[in-house]
Amino acid sequence: MKTYEKVIEKMILLCAVAATLSVALITVFIFQSGLPVMADYGVFDFIAGTTWKPTNGQYGIFPLIAGTLSVTLGALAIGIPTGIACAVFLAEILPPKPARLFKSAIELLAGIPSVVYGFFGLVVLVPAIRNYILPVFQIFDPDITTTGFSILAGAVILAIMILPTIVSMSENAIAAVPAEYKEASLALGANKRETITKVLIPAAKSGIISSVILGMGRAIGETMAVLLITGNMAVIPGSVLDSVATLTGTIAMEMSYASPTHQQALFAVGIVLFVIIMLLNLTAQLTVKRLGGEGK
Amino acid sequence: MGRNLLKKTWIAGLALALIAGAALTGCGNGTDGGNGGDGGDALSGTVVIAGSTSVQPLSEELAEAFSDVNGDITVEVQGGGSGQGIKSIEDKIADLGALSREVKEEEKALIAAETVIAKDGVAVVVNPDCGVSDLTLEQIRKIYTGEITNWSEVGGNDAPIVVVTREEGSGTRGAFTEITKVLSKDEAGNEIDGTTTNAIVQGSTGAVKQTVASTPDSIGYISLGALDDTVKALNVEGVAPSNDTVLSGDYKISRPFIYVSGEEVSPAAQAFLDFVLSDEGQAIVAQEFIPVN
Repeated sequence: MKTYEKVIEKMILLCAVAATLSVALITVFIFQSGLPVMADYGVFDFIAGTTWKPTNGQYGIFPLIAGTLSVTLGALAIGIPTGIACAVFLAEILPPKPARLFKSAIELLAGIPSVVYGFFGLVVLVPAIRNYILPVFQIFDPDITTTGFSILAGAVILAIMILPTIVSMSENAIAAVPAEYKEASLALGANKRETITKVLIPAAKSGIISSVILGMGRAIGETMAVLLITGNMAVIPGSVLDSVATLTGTIAMEMSYASPTHQQALFAVGIVLFVIIMLLNLTAQLTVKRLGGEGK
Repeated sequence: MGRNLLKKTWIAGLALALIAGAALTGCGNGTDGGNGGDGGDALSGTVVIAGSTSVQPLSEELAEAFSDVNGDITVEVQGGGSGQGIKSIEDKIADLGALSREVKEEEKALIAAETVIAKDGVAVVVNPDCGVSDLTLEQIRKIYTGEITNWSEVGGNDAPIVVVTREEGSGTRGAFTEITKVLSKDEAGNEIDGTTTNAIVQGSTGAVKQTVASTPDSIGYISLGALDDTVKALNVEGVAPSNDTVLSGDYKISRPFIYVSGEEVSPAAQAFLDFVLSDEGQAIVAQEFIPVN
């Protein structure tokens, strides 16, 4: 019995080591492949350069960083309010039976392959933006034009893609708030709206923020869907209707045929993406710690 | 005791990972490959093909079909670019070199024979609603470098041109930019891709076709084999793109796929070449490119 347990213990440990080591190896590999080109080209020129033309030997990735950040922020701006509102609706307003139906429908969204989202965006959303959204923008700025391949298209698709994460995690967090909180609030004469906004959401805060962080992680790393609908133009965008290229999209699209230096430059893009995601995660975790601490 | 065990397992895990890492690197280095067969009656051995990445997918498909009939011959397909195709013949590290362009004059001395195995045409396509149906190479170049930005400058309606292109490094983009001279060389001899930054970039032939089909006033380019009636193919210099006009050389945006070889061709490599030019091989070519026989 004892030896049996020992074997199991060792196997579990091996699994843990393998998982940790693969992270370490991937990190080392990305940095090893990308750093030389970054150093050669100049770290500042690489990150702040505004021209990305690998064939011509120009590797400035600032437009790509701007593209990734603008699409991600756009997705969060659309996805967070929608997601939290949906979670509140499911947890507090809808009776449990229909709520279960709604919830499984939303979770089904997570099972759709991202390339399908991309194709949907390409044939439905992109023309819709060109035909219906553009005229609205033109009321304010007559000179604005768009092909539909835009930050907006990417943001809307990404918002839909991160909804399942935000909704199901937030809904769980809200449902997990002790019933006494709600009862006490109602007993004190607060109405339902006040109870939700002043008691339930603040109490579920840390769960909601975690869901947003996970959603953001997915939005930033998402490649295929965005690749098809943002136009992949490596320019700094001026409005939400402009085309942009993202860090992940550029890596995925150009890796297959790239020449050696170009390929190393793509690894360097990977380093930047890596650092951005680490920074965002760190900030987000610190925020959760601070907010979670005072919330309870 | 428990701590000691933990430590040991850690080291074991680390060692394992190191071994795995070494094995992976080993694989990466082992590309020198076997050269040619043994020349016996029953053909066997390895045929190494190196060169153009545009030819690579076709070579791989041909190799697969070839292996089905000649199980004893292994065909290894490597990339590296057309230049590498010549170089690997010169250095005798491959049996066949693959090129997606004509053999240059200065390269002819380095090889013994060349065989055109297929032709590839690039069709310039526009949205079906576009009024323009004929462009010159010069006009196409100016559109893609951003000198011409409105259809009215080439005889169409007054509408801005939406330029759609392929990603950097794509073989189709390489062929298109080279033939239309969007790709030029600076004084130092470095290649400069002059494609305007205001071009939508799509990562596949299908995505370009879909984009052009659904975006008014757009122009793009796709491999001739992928052409269908969701988009309108333009005449280039007055010649409509088709298999016949590419083969006759009248349609300008086309390129040959060539296998080059050295003085000595192993029997296995010769068998593969014969297979490629046979009806069966050319039928595989025809799935995506234009057969030569």
